[in-house]
Amino acid sequence: MSVATDRAVLQQNRSPRGERVLRALRTPSGAIFVLVALLFLAVLAANPSFGEPGSLIRFIGRTAPIAIAAIGQYFVIVSGEFDLSMGSVVTAQVIIAGNLIGQDESRTIPVLALMIVFGAFVGLVNGLVTTLLKVPSFIVTLGTMLALLGLVLFWTGGAATGNPADSFRQIGRGGIQDVPVLEVLPYPVLILVATAAAAFWLMRRPYGRTLVAVGDNSRAAALTGASVWWVRTRAFMLSSLAATAAGVILVGYAGVHPSVGQGYEFTAITAVVLGGVVIGGGRGWVLSAAAGAFALELLFTLLNFLGVESTWRDSVQGAIIIVAVAAASRNWQRKRRGASSRAHDEHRPIAAPTPAPGTNEGGT
Amino acid sequence: MRGSILGKVTVIAATSLLALTACTTDSSIEDPPAAEGTASSETTETTGAAQPSEDSTEWFDQAVYDEQDAQRSATFEGDPEQPYLQYIDGEMKDTSAFASTGPKKACFSNASISNPWRQTGWITMNQQLQVLQEAGVISEMETRDAQDDDNTQIADIDYFIAEGNCDAFIISPNSTAAMTPAVERACETGKPVVVFDRGVQTDCAVTFIHPIGGFAWGIDTAEFLSERLNEGDKVVALRILPGVDVLEQRWAAAERIFEENGIEAVDYFTGADPVEIKSIISDELATGDVQGIWMDAGDGAVAAIEAFEDAGADLPVMTGEDEMSFLRKWEETGIDGLAPVYSNFQWRTPLLALQKIFAGEEVPAEWVLPQSPITEEERGEFLTANEGMPDGHYAKFGGEDLPGYPTVWQERQIP
Repeated sequence: MSVATDRAVLQQNRSPRGERVLRALRTPSGAIFVLVALLFLAVLAANPSFGEPGSLIRFIGRTAPIAIAAIGQYFVIVSGEFDLSMGSVVTAQVIIAGNLIGQDESRTIPVLALMIVFGAFVGLVNGLVTTLLKVPSFIVTLGTMLALLGLVLFWTGGAATGNPADSFRQIGRGGIQDVPVLEVLPYPVLILVATAAAAFWLMRRPYGRTLVAVGDNSRAAALTGASVWWVRTRAFMLSSLAATAAGVILVGYAGVHPSVGQGYEFTAITAVVLGGVVIGGGRGWVLSAAAGAFALELLFTLLNFLGVESTWRDSVQGAIIIVAVAAASRNWQRKRRGASSRAHDEHRPIAAPTPAPGTNEGGT
Repeated sequence: MRGSILGKVTVIAATSLLALTACTTDSSIEDPPAAEGTASSETTETTGAAQPSEDSTEWFDQAVYDEQDAQRSATFEGDPEQPYLQYIDGEMKDTSAFASTGPKKACFSNASISNPWRQTGWITMNQQLQVLQEAGVISEMETRDAQDDDNTQIADIDYFIAEGNCDAFIISPNSTAAMTPAVERACETGKPVVVFDRGVQTDCAVTFIHPIGGFAWGIDTAEFLSERLNEGDKVVALRILPGVDVLEQRWAAAERIFEENGIEAVDYFTGADPVEIKSIISDELATGDVQGIWMDAGDGAVAAIEAFEDAGADLPVMTGEDEMSFLRKWEETGIDGLAPVYSNFQWRTPLLALQKIFAGEEVPAEWVLPQSPITEEERGEFLTANEGMPDGHYAKFGGEDLPGYPTVWQERQIP
């Protein structure tokens, strides 16, 4: 399918690579990378030592769980749905790890397997109820969110229990030691890179293309023969599995607490939206979602560095996010409006000077 | 055309989403959920100011501060082996009117069991109940948990008054001002009312049981840090949530003392979320050295120490709480620390107070329980005494002589 898209643009109509990159940066999904760069520079200005490789890699490690969650959320949003249950899945997984592994290292593998099965199961339920029972995903996942939170409350009474064995926590806390330049390469960074690479690859597979098509116009996708329900259900499963991965990292990084994971669904959705992914589906890049997560984390860090007072920190955060997303959607409008007039773009001459053989667009 | 519509949809969707996001950012920080309500109702009614509290000066009350400061060195009446029955000499209430024989039904309206401190206390209370049931003092205790919600608790108390068939009320208020009218209604039934932990603005209850208080906590901890740090050193203050009087008073006192000693203190609300705590400390360490950590509650203390370990920074001087997780990490890392105590054994006292009230014995009108921090010298003793207890357990839980010790606390089954 990707091959077909490439060929749809005539060779002589393709702009130079630099032009294409610039144009990509003008889309919301591209602009997020500019935003990340700007925020990074702002953080650097506020605190130059942030740029040291050691502290930078730790920052990436710390952002990994939310970036992974944003990647998971991307699959659901780009297919035109929502997953609000994500935060509760994280919390539930954290509690499962804390309570079932405890100090017994031998249970690490079985419990990890159980967590993956549990994550996939939650996604499956979300997906099937949304697609087959035709309940809006907003409601379904809200229900799952509350159900899981209730379960966690019932199990823990709402307070922290003990942390799991240290060897298990190493996944989120440890790293490869003595790496040149970086000092330490945290495992979460490796997990994030692997997840991002896998997601990038998946979005270029037929599944990824179909997923975007389903989000853009599910009816049209259905008419082409895609089984919309199963495509979307798998997106929900990917989301819950991403939440599971985030949960495993968070148990290691932070330890067990019922507040871990709370609000994750909204942070992830904000990251995805900030990454220029259109709510309603059909548009946006998966890596932009991860970049959106980094933009958010950089923003929080900037506020910490600037010493914004604790009482109104949330308001500052909220205001900045609104401005950022508003700018992103304005950008979208401009781009779309521009698209209609781009027929006269200098890079897309109306008369193709050297028509390639085999196309019937020449000779006009 | 389609483009602009799509754009508008995006804007609308994004804006509505952000409205939601704003809510969650709040709730993640202000966990438990009722905190916000608590904050506004308390500030508006206790200080008479309409705007929400901006800094701790609104919570600072010099008279109460001085009183609690003095109480830190006061002598307590009663047997030191039973700290949950000790009190500071003061006005006593005559309870001969309530004297009566036979087992009585107690009705307990609880604010919540949503943090490890309240859970530990709740377990202890239930074991104390067993003793009194066997002694034929209490027939049963009906409990309603308000889950950190003022409205729920008001409804709970009114339910008890109307249909509870209660012989006595025990109330652990969720917030001070909002619960006052409900407590007054309970008093009007003529049955004995016992209030403990957070207070209410009425003295109609037979007794109000609480440890010395938040200012004493703040003085103990801030003085400890100030003695060990130099002028210009930095202390990061990790606070659970705004607007709860017992917590705000801790910070109000500490902030003042830090200021007096020229120590730079920055405060953050963490919601006890270890992820948040780690991010805060990492960022602070990236900005510069941090010499001290101050906490208004020990939940999350381990995450704070771990953040220093992860960053490879020198461990700070630190005050946590008598939660086992902190005591263990404290010993393991050998940091210079102090474990302030908000005496968890106070959860035993309300039921024992009822026993005295029904026996017609006089009880203190304001029953101030001892509250003394655990120092490094005492730490070993408390660690040994509480060996095998879970991390969320509190060292000064005071239930060693109760049935079921230690297994009930070790298994930590929330009743």
